[in-house]
Amino acid sequence: MNNYGMVIVGAGEAGARAAAELRSRGWTGEVTLVGDERHAPYERPPLSKQALSGEEAPAPVTILDRPRLDALGIRLVSGDAAVRIDRASHEVLLAGGGKLPYERLLLATGANPRKLTLPGDASGDMLYLRKFEDALAIRSRLAAGRRIVVIGGGFIGLETAASARAAGCEATVIEVAPRILMRGVPEAIAATVEALHRANGVDFRIGIPIDSVNREDGEYVIALADGSRVRCDAVVTGIGAVPETTLAAECGLELDNGVKADECLATSDPDIFAAGDCCSFPHPLYGKRIRLEAWRNAQDQGTHVAGNMLGDRAPDGAVPWFWSDQYDRTLQVSGLSEPSHTTVLRDLGEAGKLYFHLDGDGRLVSASAMGTAGIGKEIRLAEMLIEQRAHPSPESLADAGIRLKALLRA
Amino acid sequence: MAQTEWIEACETDDIEEEDVIRFDHGDRTFAVYRTDKGDFYATDGYCTHERFHLSNGLVMGSTIECPKHNGRFDIPTGSAKRAPVCVDLKTYPVKVESGKVYIQI
Ligand SMILES: Cc1cc2nc3c(=O)[nH]c(=O)nc-3n(C[C@H](O)[C@H](O)[C@H](O)COP(=O)(O)OP(=O)(O)OC[C@H]3O[C@@H](n4cnc5c(N)ncnc54)[C@H](O)[C@@H]3O)c2cc1C
Ligand code: FES
Repeated sequence: MNNYGMVIVGAGEAGARAAAELRSRGWTGEVTLVGDERHAPYERPPLSKQALSGEEAPAPVTILDRPRLDALGIRLVSGDAAVRIDRASHEVLLAGGGKLPYERLLLATGANPRKLTLPGDASGDMLYLRKFEDALAIRSRLAAGRRIVVIGGGFIGLETAASARAAGCEATVIEVAPRILMRGVPEAIAATVEALHRANGVDFRIGIPIDSVNREDGEYVIALADGSRVRCDAVVTGIGAVPETTLAAECGLELDNGVKADECLATSDPDIFAAGDCCSFPHPLYGKRIRLEAWRNAQDQGTHVAGNMLGDRAPDGAVPWFWSDQYDRTLQVSGLSEPSHTTVLRDLGEAGKLYFHLDGDGRLVSASAMGTAGIGKEIRLAEMLIEQRAHPSPESLADAGIRLKALLRA
Repeated sequence: MAQTEWIEACETDDIEEEDVIRFDHGDRTFAVYRTDKGDFYATDGYCTHERFHLSNGLVMGSTIECPKHNGRFDIPTGSAKRAPVCVDLKTYPVKVESGKVYIQI
């Protein structure tokens, strides 16, 4: 190695964790974190939750504030974007004209909201949620009595609808697919989530394509394929995210549903790594290449990749985990399931419902639950079983009298 | 220093081995633990990262893992063991007398 230092592009969840971990692991050379946002690294999950519905004016929830960055000796270049990677000379070029030589480079560029283009003159007025400023813009529309339409019944859209209700708005969720939460959770949980939203006054239009969105007399009019129209004061669209791969593509790195990384999170250039929402990687537990858009994955991969940037070559393979807050309930998913998997229900009574997903060989591959905060414990134990590639019997999984911990030891 | 007192938190049987329960007293809330070795401990109820109750967490040996973001603390000392938690958890003395668990607050 020469003395070029470590450069991280993207000062989000994964980038911030990687920078801190490089220090924890004793790297004493330079660490530079480049972020095109003007903030110190901050958490995105609160953007669809407290930032929209909290009573106080929101402020970014920082992951590493400036004093902490200084204490760790991490240089933050904020409000400046990396625009080119020169792989031959090991340099990153910044929009502001700067050049950062790197020993090893980490791409932690995250993802951007998938844009929706609809016929009509108001398609460009739809709001999206990814950054702090997006949350401020949406929040400014959430006054009592306003009518908010959310296009997309995914987690971010649903959390936004719940926040709109909390602010006293009318909220309608339009989902083109046959049900909400198509990706990621089993139908039974999606149904519970939908019922909870309905009980909280959210209206749903499910399985109906959208024809157009127009502005008429100061309001938005969304025309649906069944001939109905939904009128509202603001439209928020949450239909998924697209990995940010511009830099990687431009410098010729391999792409495959994001920046293509190997099991050690190295890209097709061994001195360039990738972590978080921007990359796909082969998952040892599932035997396939996946890309996750989840907070803990970004954190885990950021932490993990730091070791590999320093030469470890340790494979990454944490069990995927996701949570979402829905009113006073929480939803958690561990692992990955497919519709063909067998589902076993464990009824936790007041605490909620826990579903296990077993593959064709009877191996536990995923668990999902919706309920009170107490389900976290059960999901965590399920995750440990998934990690162990356990084959618990469906009977033992269904029986709430049998502690999951006992299955773990067995 | 305010006066401290011993408060009855629960019966020993209320907590399974390697588990934790919530105990509220006045406007304060605590987590009371029984480790894999059968020892009892008490800490503040909320995680030091965000306001999330640790009684929903998982006890592994003598470690408590917060379910919200999987931060970890050592139960006997309250020391922060895994990110994102970085602030130690306050602990309280515990005594067991005739099947009851008392904590000193
Ligand atoms: C509103 C919202 C709510 C969420 N809620 C949950 C939840 O409840 N549970 C959960 O598990 N997950 C949730 N997530 C997902 C989670 O926040 C993401 O998975 C996580 O932030 C991904 O981290 P990352 O570091 O890969 O990307 P990001 O956090 O997106 O960070 C990438 C950063 O890189 C910057 N960047 C990109 N290109 C460049 C460039 N060329 N130069 C400089 N900087 C660049 C971006 O501007 C951004 O700041 C939520 C996400 C959002 C948006
Ligand atoms: S609230 Fe406990 S780890 Fe975040």
